[in-house]
Amino acid sequence: MRHEVRFSGFGGQGIILSAVILGRAAVLYDNKNAVQTQVYGPEARGGASMSAVIIDDEDILFPKVINPNIFVIMSQEGFLKYGAGAPGNAVMLLDSGLVHDRPSCRYYEIPASREAKDRLGKIIVANIVMLGSLVAATGIITKEALEAGILSSVPKGTEDLNIRAMKLGFDLIMEGKGEP
Amino acid sequence: MSRTEFFQGNIACAEGALAAGCRFFGGYPITPSTEVAEHLALKLPKVKGGCFIQMEDEIAGIAAVIGASWTGVRAMTATSGPGFSLMMENIGYAIMTETPCVIVNIQRGGPSTGQPTMAAQGDMMQCRFGSHGDSSIIALCPASVQECFELTVKAFNLADQFRTPVFLMADEAIGHMRERISIPDSVPYTGRKPAEKDTLPFKPDEDLIPGFAPFGSGHHVPVTGLTHDWRGYPATTNPDLHAELVSRLYHKIEDKRNGIADYEIENREASVVFICYGAPARTVAQVLHDQKHDGKDDLGCLRLRIVWPFPEALLEQFPHASVFIVPELNLGMISREIQRHTAVPVRSVSKIGGELHTPRELLQVAEEYR
Repeated sequence: MRHEVRFSGFGGQGIILSAVILGRAAVLYDNKNAVQTQVYGPEARGGASMSAVIIDDEDILFPKVINPNIFVIMSQEGFLKYGAGAPGNAVMLLDSGLVHDRPSCRYYEIPASREAKDRLGKIIVANIVMLGSLVAATGIITKEALEAGILSSVPKGTEDLNIRAMKLGFDLIMEGKGEP
Repeated sequence: MSRTEFFQGNIACAEGALAAGCRFFGGYPITPSTEVAEHLALKLPKVKGGCFIQMEDEIAGIAAVIGASWTGVRAMTATSGPGFSLMMENIGYAIMTETPCVIVNIQRGGPSTGQPTMAAQGDMMQCRFGSHGDSSIIALCPASVQECFELTVKAFNLADQFRTPVFLMADEAIGHMRERISIPDSVPYTGRKPAEKDTLPFKPDEDLIPGFAPFGSGHHVPVTGLTHDWRGYPATTNPDLHAELVSRLYHKIEDKRNGIADYEIENREASVVFICYGAPARTVAQVLHDQKHDGKDDLGCLRLRIVWPFPEALLEQFPHASVFIVPELNLGMISREIQRHTAVPVRSVSKIGGELHTPRELLQVAEEYR
């Protein structure tokens, strides 16, 4: 089944890296197909950044997102631009400290940036917290694949921090955040 | 054996170049092709004999590539619209001097600086006719990350075989997206036919292609963009000699177009047939897949992996065609080339602005002819 995941936030949060890690994990460690695309341009220097991943067991022909069914939103501007129109059957994970509005679809409130800062001392891994929550909430890839994908993507010396961020993301879902 | 990666098209292109034995890159970075140069800047210096030079501009970039090629190594550059325009004069020089080289163009929206980060196929005529004078060239169009790798390898082989610049005409969508790629341990290799001892350096064989004598190989090889004789000496006022040389440059490629052709055909019996290349081929594939899933098997497709020289004989492969639908990210460049080779009506489906045709858009056009 074709899943279309859309990530949005502001430049510098690692929105594009999140999508690359998810796609790489799906292809290399879960034996699925994935296509990752992104919006280039001034968005990368602030403003609403957007990146997308399509994951499918079948070959992916059309490479762009048509009907996104999973959203990961990490800024209010990103919500307005890329999340507000989410269809009713979608599921959204939002960084609850940064996104003020709520969608009409099912959603999870993940205080990723705050928890990354408070519990891990590094707000920069908030995107990895969101990835952990995404996988725990949707099962779109296995947790093992995500871990391998993170380890093969992050800079040397930051592996432990990033894996703790991922597990924090799992825990935040277990704590039962969200649901409309 | 092979290894699986999750790469961008641009990285796959750079990896294809390395696998093909490319040992020189000269160029100037430009969006959306920059990752090709970045990757080779990291990798080439670590390969034996490898050299990466960022030149002062694209004119110098292609000039350096031509010089490197004459030392006998496989050489390439990568660019996009504005840089491609700057390269045109030296591309003509490479054609005239029969210098094998690979030029990657990750197409973006033009004219001028246009849309640096958006996909287009607006340079399909420029690669064929952009440099002055009569000639022919070879242009390949990948539709996936895997093909960015494979067709870059093929581009080097064709450049060496035909002693000509070869263009990898990708686009921003294919160049920037990441997907699964399988990288083989070894790739097909067709090198340059060496010049025989005691032959003149521009004396063609029966295949219309002279053997190649790199600098330092013992041959005396004057290299000039002026009309030249078999020795390589300028001979600019001899009408017969000019006609013979330029006709040969044209025919050495055009006479082989059926052998050069690289394509996929789906459903020869179809009456409604898509003809496509590059990123729009992904939309066409989605439409055919979805229709088949719905039990409708009446659409066909010809997908070109090599657009130039144009493989006109392939248009005969669809005896029942009532229309050729040609989706392109330009205002109908290749649709007009198709039109002049066939009596079948041609429907151009142009889209400019940087986004791909959606499957729904193309299906709507097909429905008109059902």
